[in-house]
Amino acid sequence: MRVPLSWLREYVELPDAISAEQLAAELTALGLKLEALEHVGSDMRGPLVVGRVLTVQPEAQSNGKTINWCTVDVADANGSGEPQGIVCGAHNFAPGDLVVVVLPGGALPGPVEISERKTYGHVSAGMICSARELGLGDDHTGIIVLPPDSAAPGDDAFALLGLRDVVIEFEINPDRAYALSLRGVAREASLAAARRGLVAAFTDPAARATPTPNDAGYPVAVEDSASCPVFVTRGVSGFDAGAPTPPWLARRIQLAGMRPISLAVDITNYVMLELGQPIHGYDADTLLGPLRVRRAAAGERLTTLDGVERDLGPDDLLIADDSGPIGLAGVMGGATTELSATTTRIVIEAAHFDPATIFRGQRRHKLPSEASRRFERGVDPTIPEAAADRVAELLVRYGGGTVEPGVTKVGAAAGRRTVSMAADLPGRVTGMEISVATTLANLRAVGCEVEAAGSALSVTVPPWRPDIDAPFDLVEEVARIVGYEQVPSVLPPAPPGNGLSRSGRLRRRVGRTLAAEGLVEVISFPFIGSAALDALGLPDDDSRRALVRLANPLSSEEPALTSTLLPGLLRAAARNLGRGASGVALFESATVTLPRGSGAAPIYGVDRRPTATELAALDAALPDQPEHLGVVVAGERERSGWWGPGRTGDWTDVLAAIQAVARALGVDIRAHGAQRAPWHPGRCAELRAGDRVIGHAGELHPAVCAAHGLPARAAAAEVHLGALLGLAADIVPGPTLSAFPVAKEDVALVVDESVAAADVEAALRAGAGELLESIALFDIYTGDQLPVGKKSLAFALRFRAADRTLAEGEAGHARDAAVAAAAASCGAVQRR
Amino acid sequence: MSGPNSEYDPVQVSGLSAEEVADLVELAKAAIGAATDLDELKAARLAHAGDRSPLALANREIGALPPQARKDAGQRLGQARAQVAQALSVRQATLEMEQEERILAEERVDMTLPVQRSSYGSRHPVTTGSELIADVFIAMGWEVAEGPVVEAEWLNFDALNLGPDHPARTMQDTFWVDPVEHAIVLRTHTSPVQARTMLTRTPPIYVVCPGRVFRTDEYDATHSPMFHQVEGLVVDRGITMAHLKGSLDHFATAMFGAGIDTRFRPSYFPFTEPSAEVDLRCFVCRGEEPAVATCRTCRGEGWIEWGGCGVVNPRVLVACGVDPEIYTGFAFGMGIDRTLMFRHGIADLRDLFDGDIRFSAAFGSEL
Ligand SMILES: [Zn+2]
Repeated sequence: MRVPLSWLREYVELPDAISAEQLAAELTALGLKLEALEHVGSDMRGPLVVGRVLTVQPEAQSNGKTINWCTVDVADANGSGEPQGIVCGAHNFAPGDLVVVVLPGGALPGPVEISERKTYGHVSAGMICSARELGLGDDHTGIIVLPPDSAAPGDDAFALLGLRDVVIEFEINPDRAYALSLRGVAREASLAAARRGLVAAFTDPAARATPTPNDAGYPVAVEDSASCPVFVTRGVSGFDAGAPTPPWLARRIQLAGMRPISLAVDITNYVMLELGQPIHGYDADTLLGPLRVRRAAAGERLTTLDGVERDLGPDDLLIADDSGPIGLAGVMGGATTELSATTTRIVIEAAHFDPATIFRGQRRHKLPSEASRRFERGVDPTIPEAAADRVAELLVRYGGGTVEPGVTKVGAAAGRRTVSMAADLPGRVTGMEISVATTLANLRAVGCEVEAAGSALSVTVPPWRPDIDAPFDLVEEVARIVGYEQVPSVLPPAPPGNGLSRSGRLRRRVGRTLAAEGLVEVISFPFIGSAALDALGLPDDDSRRALVRLANPLSSEEPALTSTLLPGLLRAAARNLGRGASGVALFESATVTLPRGSGAAPIYGVDRRPTATELAALDAALPDQPEHLGVVVAGERERSGWWGPGRTGDWTDVLAAIQAVARALGVDIRAHGAQRAPWHPGRCAELRAGDRVIGHAGELHPAVCAAHGLPARAAAAEVHLGALLGLAADIVPGPTLSAFPVAKEDVALVVDESVAAADVEAALRAGAGELLESIALFDIYTGDQLPVGKKSLAFALRFRAADRTLAEGEAGHARDAAVAAAAASCGAVQRR
Repeated sequence: MSGPNSEYDPVQVSGLSAEEVADLVELAKAAIGAATDLDELKAARLAHAGDRSPLALANREIGALPPQARKDAGQRLGQARAQVAQALSVRQATLEMEQEERILAEERVDMTLPVQRSSYGSRHPVTTGSELIADVFIAMGWEVAEGPVVEAEWLNFDALNLGPDHPARTMQDTFWVDPVEHAIVLRTHTSPVQARTMLTRTPPIYVVCPGRVFRTDEYDATHSPMFHQVEGLVVDRGITMAHLKGSLDHFATAMFGAGIDTRFRPSYFPFTEPSAEVDLRCFVCRGEEPAVATCRTCRGEGWIEWGGCGVVNPRVLVACGVDPEIYTGFAFGMGIDRTLMFRHGIADLRDLFDGDIRFSAAFGSEL
């Protein structure tokens, strides 16, 4: 809401002691937040005066243009009283017209310094101004021609046109719809002055005597009184459609952020800004029969004032006449009945509409308007008569004609709401010391009527405050006038807490582990499209292709929520390499979204807690959102240097990173060879904790590297972090350490190339028995010493007993048992 | 070896004189002192203290001396050999020390060489920032609450007093899961976690909920379709706005340093009443003249917009099964990204979500 101070002062007697800045600060403290404070016209300097054009001499120029050599009477404004010679390029004026002239020494916004200058063979001493040059709008089609007799040559144009003003722009919260009017802001300004101990009397512009409704007005039938409780019409006839809008009125509308259009339209907007009551004007000669307020029938259509033809339905509240729909009630009028350049008879509509109906209507048609913005937040239902009367008054004052005696009023405003509040509630809720006297005074200051009833107050809410309907709303009104800055600062007495949750602690452990492993955490957006899944090479039936889609994605390329963290990670890796990084190792932990379920989430009432079953139904409707961990390694992992060559990151790095996480969580995970996109078919591991698959890791498929612009051998992993956290060791039993000597046995086993080392190790472990302390693969050999298709795996076995020194041959015996087990399950042959 | 020597005629034998012994000792000491390394010392040891050295040979002769001379000679030679051994041991220690020093000197390397073969890892500042924030509240006895990102419309809006026709719904441009009739959204704030907490716990409730939220904002230097919020919720007997102010002042001080407090301005949120905007005292200029006039952090205001807060609307308590006659509560919500942006002077929000390792790396593992 933009508020010109000169206009505001009409309704509140602001003392000079309070500056615009102070006023804005106090209003902000009251809840009308200052957005901007603009000293309009401070970039202009006079002399800027009214002039009367005496002569106009058109002169054709060699460049094809015609300029006018003019003389203009500016009275004594130029010091001499002699006519001022000025070159002007515009053509929309004639001798005798009143124009606005800036004289040498003046300055216009830009800044444009004005001085005498030679041009087109003349000395031009000043400039005849257009609206745009004066900051009065966009009109630059010609210069400003003032209405005849509206001023005299030499008059100061700053005052005449309202060129200098202070405009305060406020952000108005939805609960303060009354402040979408000068009336509402003026009421707050009076409270604002009071905060500084100043008195600023408020005069309510809606408080005016209006004629009693009668049967002679334009006929109206309200068929849906719930959506339209009040509908008032007044009429004006003999209106001069060509009458200009007075400059001050146009200027006020413009400073308030609206565009002047024509006198009749400007007046309806002016009164809306003044009182907060949206007004619609009809050209009476285009209306057919009575105005009807009704719901639209399916299939009906309406072309609104913005020229758009709209399909209507039963949810739309219409104004109609015998021709059909002529307006979307409270949102926008129709094209067929709009006020035009030939309108002489006007029907003024001032109605009150149900906020929810208007809200739904403007949302459905994506048509937020100045009117709907006010109606949907709630306007004062008691002022339609005053507003219609004010419009009629201004129409005939500036456009001539007469106000017709008919006054239609259908319906009536609902009675004022009464809210009961404990008298001490404001203090109890805010923690401030607030006496009952203060509470009474503050509630009355915002327009409430208050009666004490025992320890409670019976508060009748003013009609312009439909937002107040509960005791805590009243608390806010009392508190904001006392001042939020008075709220003391006290720490609440929290009971002993349990600290960070277990999963919270584990997550921190995971992040720190990965950072210690040299990986950098990134955060990606979860939006995805099929192109990203194609780039991963996912087969058509891959479960990750099942996505939860958005109804209104930001980009049609990424219309869904991702089922995997890999696309974001691979993109980030490629971006870093593209920016010059020689290698990159990234991780991300976030939830992914997987379709599940029951589909629609129920909407419950809010008058009670939903039952446990109802709450379970909400959760059951939501998609599965497991927490994942993704890792990508690409390019150089260890740099080359004085120590020797570097190392390119590969599948071992991502596997090591996941193993480090598992170790940090105390979870034993094993890798098994697997095939899955986007990994290299021969270099992909399925990771299992016990029998549970918790993710995959390996080298990315060359085609995936190519599709993402990643170097060969780039590797990635994605695991179900939530599952890992769930498996994390809770209370680790302390080990018993044996001080008896260790016996070491090395074995080399020859197996088929296709046999997994982990399987051989598992067989050795199983066969070695309980004396085995540890086992480690320390060498792999393939080559001339072995038959083709065979490899030799060398393991170091360590044996130790908890309670004794091993006897001679005991370790060898266990080793032989281990080898036998490997032979049995893997076909291993001990290499001699 | 010191037994009587029967090969010699005792009459022909005479022990070394004191002068001769002293000369041998001096000779030995000179040779020991002249040894410049352990090898030379070894040779000197062999020559002057070895089995064939004159002193050793003389010692062998003692047995052959007349009994009255044996004692003197034995004493004299014993002292002499002890002196030589002492000199050897001192020289040995000296030369060993010199050798060690020489080796250490030879082993010197350039300790300024680079040693980091792989680059450092780091966590994202939003993660560590969220932890920092959570820890501030955990230290006061609060707990961390969590909830899903893809959330039921009822929990994101209705339960929070944002009915279907509430104009405030237009204040938050919502991502809807397709189809819209399924009433599932990407949460527009962390407030549904408030509702879930009240629905699943009984007061007293002291929780803080950090998490990611979504709005249909275009992506620019200050807006993002995804960002992070931290929400606080307290429900207990006798809770007032003063407790809200106290908690936020403490939060501000913990994040930005002593003397940094907050300011309330009346505002509107459907889930709180009364509601307030929270401004943070500018931690750069502290709102003090003359620094405030030219302060770029707060643009001369002395205060920075930080978030929203208020007393939990009794309607929300009712919808979540908390008796508003017994309990009152407060709630607040701040942007984590925004908080970090001004705490660390980050100019462009997009840096947080770009995945550039140079960004995260600057923050290390903790904030
Ligand atoms: Zn500052």
